[in-house]
Amino acid sequence: MKKFMFVNRKAPYGTIYALESLEVVLITATFDQDVSLVFLDDGVYELVKGQDTAGIGIKNHSKTYRALDGYDVEKLYVERESMEARGLSEDDLLVDVEVLSSAEMAALMAEQDVVLSF
Amino acid sequence: MLHIVNKSPAQTTSLASCLRLAQPGSALLLTEDAVYAATTAGSAALGDALKTLKVYVLQPDVEARGMAGRLVDGITPVDYGGFVELVAEHSNNQSWL
Repeated sequence: MKKFMFVNRKAPYGTIYALESLEVVLITATFDQDVSLVFLDDGVYELVKGQDTAGIGIKNHSKTYRALDGYDVEKLYVERESMEARGLSEDDLLVDVEVLSSAEMAALMAEQDVVLSF
Repeated sequence: MLHIVNKSPAQTTSLASCLRLAQPGSALLLTEDAVYAATTAGSAALGDALKTLKVYVLQPDVEARGMAGRLVDGITPVDYGGFVELVAEHSNNQSWL
């Protein structure tokens, strides 16, 4: 089993990256790998509660994050600096995450076998 | 002139370049990922644009991103009809991609 980290740095909807990342995460989890999801920079916005895409005609994929534990994807990490810079706290996020400092995030990143960036 | 920005200020320099070149009194519409610049926490990216420009934000994009209720004061939300009106009432516009 290898350690896979998915680094999410883009806001949802403005680009396809957030959705594509989710799809690759689900595929990777199917192969019984050790999967971690990391949210940095605008990627933190992917996890914000209360997304309502009815007005823009795009599927609201934020609910999928809640389903990840059903695929044994339970390691979700948010960088504190990115979250706080956006005026957000853990209460604003739609899933349980572990909040890490930049230094802690760097250490976690360094111990991965594969890092995929979105 | 109407300036339209659709990129997050944390991802590209579109908003910064727009603000550098927008003349006082012109209009700025924030759409897609640029709506984060209209939030309380993100509005530092607007600099003093709220004083010098008329700033609008596309409300469906705000709601899609869960940012309703986080908008900074002084920005006017518009719907798609309002977007069309803004384009129609300005003699020209630029989309900062």
